[in-house]
Amino acid sequence: MTGADVLLLALGAVAVGAGVLVVTTKHLVRAGLYLVVCLGALAGDFLVLSAELVAWVQVLIYVGAVVVLLLFAVMLTRAPIGASDDLDRPGWPAALIGGGAGLGLTALLVDAYRWSTVRLPAAGTAERLGEQIFQSWVLPFEVLSVLLLSALVGAIVLSRPDIGRAAPHRDGTAGDLVDSEPGGRR
Amino acid sequence: MRPVIPYVTAALLFGLGVYGVLRRRNAVLVLMSVELMLNAVNLILVTADTTARAVLPHSGQVFALFVIVLAAAEIGVGLAIVLQLYRLRATVAVDDVPLTESPDPVGGREPVVLDAEAGR
Repeated sequence: MTGADVLLLALGAVAVGAGVLVVTTKHLVRAGLYLVVCLGALAGDFLVLSAELVAWVQVLIYVGAVVVLLLFAVMLTRAPIGASDDLDRPGWPAALIGGGAGLGLTALLVDAYRWSTVRLPAAGTAERLGEQIFQSWVLPFEVLSVLLLSALVGAIVLSRPDIGRAAPHRDGTAGDLVDSEPGGRR
Repeated sequence: MRPVIPYVTAALLFGLGVYGVLRRRNAVLVLMSVELMLNAVNLILVTADTTARAVLPHSGQVFALFVIVLAAAEIGVGLAIVLQLYRLRATVAVDDVPLTESPDPVGGREPVVLDAEAGR
């Protein structure tokens, strides 16, 4: 056991423990905060595995953006502040399938790697990764940017009901267009 | 470095995510469980980047970055759907959503107007 092993073990234990709390807690807001702990521990894992850029992107996007979005959604859907009992459905099949997937994958990976050791690559800068992205993977990178744009447009269209509702009225049967919406809900 | 440690962490996290998706009723919690699964995949990719010798170096980390971007897009659209569901039905319990209801294209059913909207 080297220092990296101890770090990986500790961070992995924190991540799995926080993950257990995310899927079992009865407080909606606490689930989001436990998710922060879990994602932060995973970012630490990435740092130990010498993936510095991925670690910081994880902190920026997941802990910074995604969890904040999730907490906004919790607030916008009027979640109860205290503990609530109706968050779960009766779940023997969930435990069976989830436990089966987790333990099955664990058995598979333990059998594949046993207790072997691998030398960690030297810690580097973002330069190596940037070279790879902009040379070998530049086409998927561009496709992803198009996907982000379409997701943005899709989210806007979904969250504004007046956009989708105005379309069927274009044939002139009813003049319920966006501008004549009563109450001025914009 | 023993690669079995992060691999087992990732496998357990993935199992937890599957359990959460199947167990939780609240749609926001379902999305959180999906994030757990995506992060387990990220950990697998980053660990495989250090253990496997690929033709292209650092493919695992590049893929992990791509998965993070996909997760960001997924959470944006997913939360838009959840908020729209809450606006229409005033609930976000996923098993309260009827799957067999016939869609009406004109939108004849007026959505439930919550008082949060009245203030806009």
